Amino acid sequence: MLTLRNIKKSYREPDGTPLPILDIPKFTVADGEQVVLVGRSGCGKTTLLHTIAGITRADSGEIVIDGIDITTKSEGYVDRVRAAKIGYVFQTFNLLPGFSALENVMLGMTFARGRKDHGRAMQLLERVGLSHRLAHRPAALSVGEQQRVAVARALANKPSLLLADEPTANIDQRNQQKIVDLIRETCREEKVSLVMVTHSTEVSGQFDRIDRLEEINQVKIDDTSAGAAA
Amino acid sequence: MSLFRIALRSITQRRVASLLTMISMGLGVMLVVAVLSIHGVVERSFANNASLGYNMIVGPKGGKEQLVLNTVYYLSQPVENIWYSYYCEFLPRDERDRLLKESFAYRSHEAAWQTAELAAMAGDQGLVGVALSQSLAAVGLPLAPDARKQTTDGPPVEMGRDGKYGLLTEMAIPVCLGDYYGRFRVVGTTPKLFDDLVYDIENNRKFEFAQGRNFVHHSPEHGYFEAVIGAKVARELGVKAGDEISPRHGTPDGHTHERKFTVVGILKTSGTPNDRAVFVNMEGFYLMEDHAKPLDQQRPGDKPEEAAPQTDEEARKALETKRRKELELLRAADPEPLPVEQREVTAILVGADPMIAPGLENAINEGRDAQLVLPIKVIYELFEFIVKPVQWILLALTAMICVVSGISILVSIYNSMSERRHEIAVMRALGADRYTVGWIILLESTLLALGGGALGWLAGHTLCLVASPTIEDQTGVTVGFWNWEPAISLATLLGTSSGKLATLSLPLELLLVPALLLLAIIVGFWPAVSAYRTDVAKSLGK
Repeated sequence: MLTLRNIKKSYREPDGTPLPILDIPKFTVADGEQVVLVGRSGCGKTTLLHTIAGITRADSGEIVIDGIDITTKSEGYVDRVRAAKIGYVFQTFNLLPGFSALENVMLGMTFARGRKDHGRAMQLLERVGLSHRLAHRPAALSVGEQQRVAVARALANKPSLLLADEPTANIDQRNQQKIVDLIRETCREEKVSLVMVTHSTEVSGQFDRIDRLEEINQVKIDDTSAGAAA
Repeated sequence: MSLFRIALRSITQRRVASLLTMISMGLGVMLVVAVLSIHGVVERSFANNASLGYNMIVGPKGGKEQLVLNTVYYLSQPVENIWYSYYCEFLPRDERDRLLKESFAYRSHEAAWQTAELAAMAGDQGLVGVALSQSLAAVGLPLAPDARKQTTDGPPVEMGRDGKYGLLTEMAIPVCLGDYYGRFRVVGTTPKLFDDLVYDIENNRKFEFAQGRNFVHHSPEHGYFEAVIGAKVARELGVKAGDEISPRHGTPDGHTHERKFTVVGILKTSGTPNDRAVFVNMEGFYLMEDHAKPLDQQRPGDKPEEAAPQTDEEARKALETKRRKELELLRAADPEPLPVEQREVTAILVGADPMIAPGLENAINEGRDAQLVLPIKVIYELFEFIVKPVQWILLALTAMICVVSGISILVSIYNSMSERRHEIAVMRALGADRYTVGWIILLESTLLALGGGALGWLAGHTLCLVASPTIEDQTGVTVGFWNWEPAISLATLLGTSSGKLATLSLPLELLLVPALLLLAIIVGFWPAVSAYRTDVAKSLGK
């Protein structure tokens, strides 16, 4: 489903010198596979997810999603691939404050051509237990509810791949497990591959496959340069 | 969810800032609508005023604009006056002779005729011959070699013929100006102005009376002293039928005439300058003090002037005597009409076949006594050269206000961009491409401009509705909420001269829609580019 080959990514220091962040010879995720990615802060986990999603362009290498190498495609094409095939759950949820829960889920469909499915949005919100909160805006929802809306939004377009960037980091202990269960069960039911980044050993311990970024990334980042790779 | 809805949500999310931006744009549009409405009112007012019911004005030599302003709009001061006998040249024989009977010359003729009759009865043939000769010479008939001698003061009083232009003229109405009632002009004229003049030819409308009737040449109750009041004068000064009014001489602050006119009619509002004038019987007008042409310009046949006073004392006595005689005349309940030789008119409103206008214009303008102007031509020249440029300047100023309001949209959206960068990044992360987020910003700017425009349009037309009574009062033009004037022809708009397009027109206000759209695109472009360039990874954070 997802294959990364020889992916390199570096940022520029203020003085112009390159700061390598990623150098990943190979990373693959099979169809429906669920992978947890762990690593210390600043080791490039978010950069890796952004690169897979096409939000950040890799300096070199191949990123193949469902047979499409997005590194050879135009930005517009990558945007369309992202809209159609990738779901993204953020640590800070990133719900749009002016939109209701239902509209936030629908927003995920707006940018994928021909996928405005009101019924599916309702179904997803029902599935995450928010059928009674459809018209509520994010400010009127609890933190846990907001993340559940974010999960529903990420799955709205029936993606092949769900990227979750520390989805439980801002959630209390009681709700953490619910969110993890929700993401994993939904991905399993929808046959969606999952790459989840987390710091939590409790969360990572539930996955069959645990990848340590320090092991797959050839760039050794010390603590002083960690900030740039976050 | 559509992009339109996303843009709308973005506006409602920052509702206070959006509302203020729309109000700013709305104020600009309101001013444009108000200026366009004023434009329409002025044009209609000009059109109303240009709907005169006559097509020529004959007046003294001088500026034609001044003659038109003075005669049509009752503005400015009269250029000069022309002889009453010149007015008679625009009349057919019967009417002309009837009017000229009120002359010293005719009175001399009658006196000499009576002398001849008496001499004949007494059998003195020599005296009969002399008296007959004097009698006929007095009215300009060519019996004696010097009978038609012209004085330096003007043409002689000749009777028994059509006026020189009488057969070419369908209508000739004299007007005499010079007095005021309050701030309004007093116009001495004949009853024909309201009896005969069809001022709105298209709708065959004459001036109508809200109260009372037209004045008559001579009435048993009021003699020559009847007046008709314009609608605005009546409203403003609270005059009603039956009241007596005394005009002031020369200026609004001049001395008040002793002679009083009885108001016999109040005109209905016509939207013409006649709403703002007082009309008095010209015969009565002539009989007011200081309105008779001085005696030293009398015609042959008048009594010889007395010897000039030698001392100041004699001069004072002569003046007192003259004044006393005038007052006696004034106080007379029903005085004799003023002799023709002592009369002047300020202008003559002439109606004639437009085909003969050029010939008549040449004939009169080549002479030394008067000029003929075509008022419509002068009015449209005034409108084109003075009023229209001012209107366009006003319009340009208000358009600039709209541009400034447009810049406020730019500032508002651009200022919000820093806080919206995160939203834009989220949308990009969800699959929106750069163009889509740019379109959302342009849509937002368009909605703000059109929303503000709609607010401004409503406010502008509400303003028209509120100001409608005042506008109607001042100009006679009715303005409602749905006032769509002025219109612009499609041919003008497209810069072609196609005959079909020239007949089609649309309200100038409709051009606000494309103008606002264009403005929205221009001011939204910069923020849209900023959205387009948003660095998703940086703006997204975690």
